[in-house]
Amino acid sequence: MSDQRNIVEAVRGTLRAELARDDDVIVYGQDVGRNGGVFRATEGLIDEFPNRIYDTPVAEAAIVGTGVGLAAHGLTPVPEIQFSGFAHQAFHQIQQHVSRLRSRSRGTLNCPMTIRAPAGGGIRALEHHSESFEAGYAHTPGLKVAYPSTPADAKGLLTASIRDPDPVVFLEPTRLYRAVRGEVPEGEHVVPLGEANVVETGDDVTVVAWGAMRREAQRAADGVDADVELIDPRTIVPLDTDAILDSVRKTGRCVVVHEAPKTAGMAAEITARINDEALMYLEAPVERVTGYDVPFPLYAREEAYMPDPERIRAGIERAMDY
Amino acid sequence: MPRERAAEFTIDHVQALDEAGNADPDLLPDLSTAELRDLYRNMRRARRFDERAVALQRRGEIGTIAPAIGQEAVQVASAAALSEGDWMVPSFRESAAYLTRGVDPHLLLWYAMGMEEGAAVPEGEHTMPPSIAVGSQTLHGAGLGWGQAITGDDDASLVFFGDGASSEGDAYEAFNVAGVFDAHTVFLCQNNRYAISVPRERQTRAETIAQKAVAAGIDGVQVDGNDVLGTYKVVSEALEQARQGEPVVVEALTYRRSMHTTADDPSVYRTPEEEAEWAKRDPIDRYEDYLREEGVLDDDAVAEIEDDVEEELEAAIERAREGERDVDPAEMFDHAFAELSPWLADQREAFERHE
Ligand SMILES: Cc1ncc(C[n+]2csc(CCOP(=O)(O)OP(=O)(O)O)c2C)c(N)n1
Repeated sequence: MSDQRNIVEAVRGTLRAELARDDDVIVYGQDVGRNGGVFRATEGLIDEFPNRIYDTPVAEAAIVGTGVGLAAHGLTPVPEIQFSGFAHQAFHQIQQHVSRLRSRSRGTLNCPMTIRAPAGGGIRALEHHSESFEAGYAHTPGLKVAYPSTPADAKGLLTASIRDPDPVVFLEPTRLYRAVRGEVPEGEHVVPLGEANVVETGDDVTVVAWGAMRREAQRAADGVDADVELIDPRTIVPLDTDAILDSVRKTGRCVVVHEAPKTAGMAAEITARINDEALMYLEAPVERVTGYDVPFPLYAREEAYMPDPERIRAGIERAMDY
Repeated sequence: MPRERAAEFTIDHVQALDEAGNADPDLLPDLSTAELRDLYRNMRRARRFDERAVALQRRGEIGTIAPAIGQEAVQVASAAALSEGDWMVPSFRESAAYLTRGVDPHLLLWYAMGMEEGAAVPEGEHTMPPSIAVGSQTLHGAGLGWGQAITGDDDASLVFFGDGASSEGDAYEAFNVAGVFDAHTVFLCQNNRYAISVPRERQTRAETIAQKAVAAGIDGVQVDGNDVLGTYKVVSEALEQARQGEPVVVEALTYRRSMHTTADDPSVYRTPEEEAEWAKRDPIDRYEDYLREEGVLDDDAVAEIEDDVEEELEAAIERAREGERDVDPAEMFDHAFAELSPWLADQREAFERHE
């Protein structure tokens, strides 16, 4: 049995299922209660679970920092940060405590928190509402990072994240919240953290893309004169390096796409891993199609900033023609 | 339109035992002779622990530490006021509180030797590891207290922070969120007059730190933090209040008698006269005078406590040194995540091969 749903609905359904499964799960954040979240991801949950959903003050450090205490008390906090650009207001808690509690306590305390946050551009939003900071979280040992691109993966990855004993930053591509519908398996559906999805198989070139960029990459692949293997890693940490390497060993070419800035972005990391393990299979340098090293622009320029199918196609062609 | 008073507030200051050792019977906590003696013993233990730890640091045996010398009364009293199920959330200067809570002294030394082993919290024990980021732990205390409210526990959480920490945004967020969620939290500010070199007066123009509670709509109270009995009383009452879902900010006025950390030289920012003034108000001396006056302590009892404390410390230092020999650096890979991922396992192997 499966159902056609969008990502918001998939997230909501998963939160509902996990709240029902485990009394320790607590959902809280700004406007998540009565209002159901600014993207409606928590709509109606407060009626079903009146003592498990909390509207919090506008205080991101508090939302994440109290989660450390809730977790130490034995609860499973699933806070929502209204927009990932404001997770920076809590980044010190994430970096100094959430990600390190297990290490610091030598495994006697853990922080199984899932911090959900809409991420990425393309919705003509205000400043700071379009950030895609996965590389920053990946650079924070002790954290896992999920970034789904489909409703089914949103369900599967969120289920895995909430049940994971480690803290997970769960980035939801705002641009795809309602823009994609897809089959979402009914009942238990877990996508393990660290398992890539080979979206399309092909022999000529590997394209790696996640979040909202997966759809752009797919569009690019459709219109290019090459047999593209499209890989959506689905989690940034742990990264399914093997899936990427296996593919690159087959195709000899790789294009990595992300909307975050180029410098020190995840494409640089993926390129380095390919250099380490599959250099001799490469027939062309790894191409990076990314955002630029500028602050994410206001919306008049966001189309110009974000990789689109045309830029991705050009990247693929450069790799093919090398 | 008249201009009317929209709100008013007052902050109480409490002192049960004055500097001459006179007690106000109405403000004394209800403690047995054994409990009174334990408070004294723990203060002496803590003082000697820090003195010995500073000496060990000077000899290069342990790393930087932040001694609590001069702050024993507030720390011992408030840790002693906790029940077993209560959470204690320390900052980075809480040696006296840890020891009073029953944490083995060798663990504190291990932490100071740079070993995470010292911060491991035994299963079921409710003491958080130290927080080095100033003020960040106030939110963990708020979260624990919120969790206790959610699960309907009778327990409370006590979080230590400093006068410097009270300037961090996290502290305000913590008071505020605790108030909104009826958290079972007591926020205990050890106002020891300095944040490294910056005096309390440069930290905030507010007359008291306790009044920072007012903006969050929770109670604030000030106590003489060099008065172990008054602090015990105030913190016990605050904990009772917190158990009912009413968080409290307690500001304990005290003085850091030694350096900020072993890397600090206080002579740069304060005078010998000021230090001498506070030496006269030492919390241990003052309490000892009182206990002797009350017939709870005499020379023999004090000597016995001193001997016990030295013996315990000697054993702890020995145990710390032994443990240090067992440090396996590769273990740094083992607690980053619940399970060692293949990626990290590869790094661990490369580390073992020294690549
Ligand atoms: C967020 C943060 N900023 C700066 C520091 C460096 N630092 C360590 S202790 C300290 C002063 C803290 O003063 P206070 O909170 O009064 O505590 P006390 O040292 O007096 O116990 C500072 C600035 C830090 N550890 N964390």
